[in-house]
Amino acid sequence: MIERFDPLKGERLHVLDEGGRSAPDLDPGLDDASLRALYERMVRTRAADAKALKLQRQGRFGTYAPSLGHEAAQVGLASAMTKDDWFFPYFRDLGAYLTLGYPLADYYHFWMGNEAGLRTPDGLNIFPVAIPVASQIPQAAGAALALKLRKLGGAVVVTFGDGGTSEGDFHEGLNFAGVFRTPNVFVCVNNQFAISVPRSRQSASATLAQKAVAYGFPGVQVDGNDVLAVFAAVREALATARSGGGPTLIEAFTYRLGDHTTADDASRYRAKEEVQEWERRDPLLRFRLHLEHKGLWSEAFEKELQAAAAAFVDQAVAEAEARPAATPEDVFASTYATMPPDLAAQLAALKESLPEGRR
Amino acid sequence: MIMTMVQAINQALAGEMTRDDRVLILGEDVGRDGGVFRVTDGLFDKFGPDRVMDTPLAESGIVGASIGLAVAGLRPVAEIQFMGFIYPAFNQIVSHLARLRNRTRGRFTAPVVIRTPYGAGVKALEHHSESTEGLFCQIPGLTVVVPSNPHDAKGLLIAAIRGQDPVLFLEPTKLYRSDKMEVPEEPYEVPLRQAAVVREGRDATIVAWGAMIPVAREAAAAAESQGTSVEIVDLRTLSPMDRETVLLSVRKTGRALVLHEAPKTGGLGAEIAATIAESALLSLSAPVIRVTAPDITVPLPKSEDLYYPSADRVLRAVRKLMEY
Repeated sequence: MIERFDPLKGERLHVLDEGGRSAPDLDPGLDDASLRALYERMVRTRAADAKALKLQRQGRFGTYAPSLGHEAAQVGLASAMTKDDWFFPYFRDLGAYLTLGYPLADYYHFWMGNEAGLRTPDGLNIFPVAIPVASQIPQAAGAALALKLRKLGGAVVVTFGDGGTSEGDFHEGLNFAGVFRTPNVFVCVNNQFAISVPRSRQSASATLAQKAVAYGFPGVQVDGNDVLAVFAAVREALATARSGGGPTLIEAFTYRLGDHTTADDASRYRAKEEVQEWERRDPLLRFRLHLEHKGLWSEAFEKELQAAAAAFVDQAVAEAEARPAATPEDVFASTYATMPPDLAAQLAALKESLPEGRR
Repeated sequence: MIMTMVQAINQALAGEMTRDDRVLILGEDVGRDGGVFRVTDGLFDKFGPDRVMDTPLAESGIVGASIGLAVAGLRPVAEIQFMGFIYPAFNQIVSHLARLRNRTRGRFTAPVVIRTPYGAGVKALEHHSESTEGLFCQIPGLTVVVPSNPHDAKGLLIAAIRGQDPVLFLEPTKLYRSDKMEVPEEPYEVPLRQAAVVREGRDATIVAWGAMIPVAREAAAAAESQGTSVEIVDLRTLSPMDRETVLLSVRKTGRALVLHEAPKTGGLGAEIAATIAESALLSLSAPVIRVTAPDITVPLPKSEDLYYPSADRVLRAVRKLMEY
């Protein structure tokens, strides 16, 4: 399917049209329960994201990068993954985290300002978020090479934004993957902005997907607001990767409906009308329409999902906020495998200087 | 067997790759060519292209991929062809390699060894004579190791490969082939984080590492003939530093000279001098002296004598210490 959409000709994969009707020849053919699960994950992601913003405004959260508008891309890509696959995220991947089973309380804990939340639970192959832009891409290529050399069978999915494609590490990572034919799926979530700088200032390429051509493997642009399109493309790319067919670059074409982070004010650099236009293309709305067409959505179902999402989110907030503050030992102990005597002395000196309750 | 440092490192790599099939080598020209200094000579034929991998010419990619390889269960030994070309990988080293254990509270670690030749004295091109170890000693989580002889090179590299932390392993280009010594055939570890007293003395201590050790030895021999007994501490692991061995020596001799080929300001010599001031001030009979390169860009080979600390400069500094 991927090869049917040539990024050099400006072709973009859609499964759903704006009214939520699916193209029969492209529909990934998920059963009813799986379709509803996709929607539930998107609803949950949006609820968790909205809560994070609220907590930030109340001073209970650190600076936060919201996911509003990215739900289809995030949930779609992660829903195509299996437990043998690895995920190397960037920093705006809430829906992927939740879909892969990362505890929301841990995710919140990190964004509240404690790196203990970045400790991926055992059994999940999720690398910690990458804040230095694109630096995760060569790492994902290396991890995929390890899976290939060790014949472990999985593949590695890595995400980054449109701005990430301008970094040297994008080139070095994709080039490495092409040379070694690693089992990678590179997902560029093109949300049109790198903070304030528009997509047109990142590259003169007509699409970002077409950059794959230069690395010697397929690239495809998909509608990033169409969860079925993202799911179908990533599923196919993962199957190719796992069977030794090498990497794929997928550009999920979407729009950042929120600010870059809570420290940003997007109204400084883009028109309200443009944002409103994209709000009409809300990925949740489009998929809800699809479920309606299939008789899988009702007001009651929606209410049930919203209530469950709210409870899920509240529980995670309570759990994250109930966690004790990091101790001096916590922030020292994982610097090296074993603590050098000098660092132990620094720890002891720090504790001595702290008030009784903070030691 | 009598061997050079290049041979000793090659033997360490071959031994570890035989012992542990997770160990692999990647870098530029490390495969069929055996490395531009021939450090990996013969390993491609012995272990094949999946264990000795020529990569694209991309330093950030090499270190970034090594992190991924390590996280997914392998033990990469990456070669950066010259220290002067390591800077494209600096972000990977600082932002990820060194801090991965901490930022995941131990769930993920990156036991990667980055080998790279460093330092002046081989008449190389511009950018091939850098000695910027100080930059890397400011990075918590990263272990920085510099051998000064073939025996230590083999044992330290084996310890680095077997260890749990990322290691930057700096190989003094000048000493690759200049010196031969007896090195055991079998594998052995020289422990990381331990300095060594490589020459005992009573009157003054020189703290140095890597290619400065032979310079210190030459100065010490000259001082001896003038009646001054000099002790030399070879730091071997620069970070985390073995301060105890340094302090023990300085408390004994009462005089300290720190010698490095990196520029003076903000160099590791300052850290060592500060350590001595903090913990051994009352043992000192003279202020600590630093003998270093000046704070200038490494000159091209015709002017290296204006840059590189010489035995004569060290000897003068020892005399100054003694005459204080």
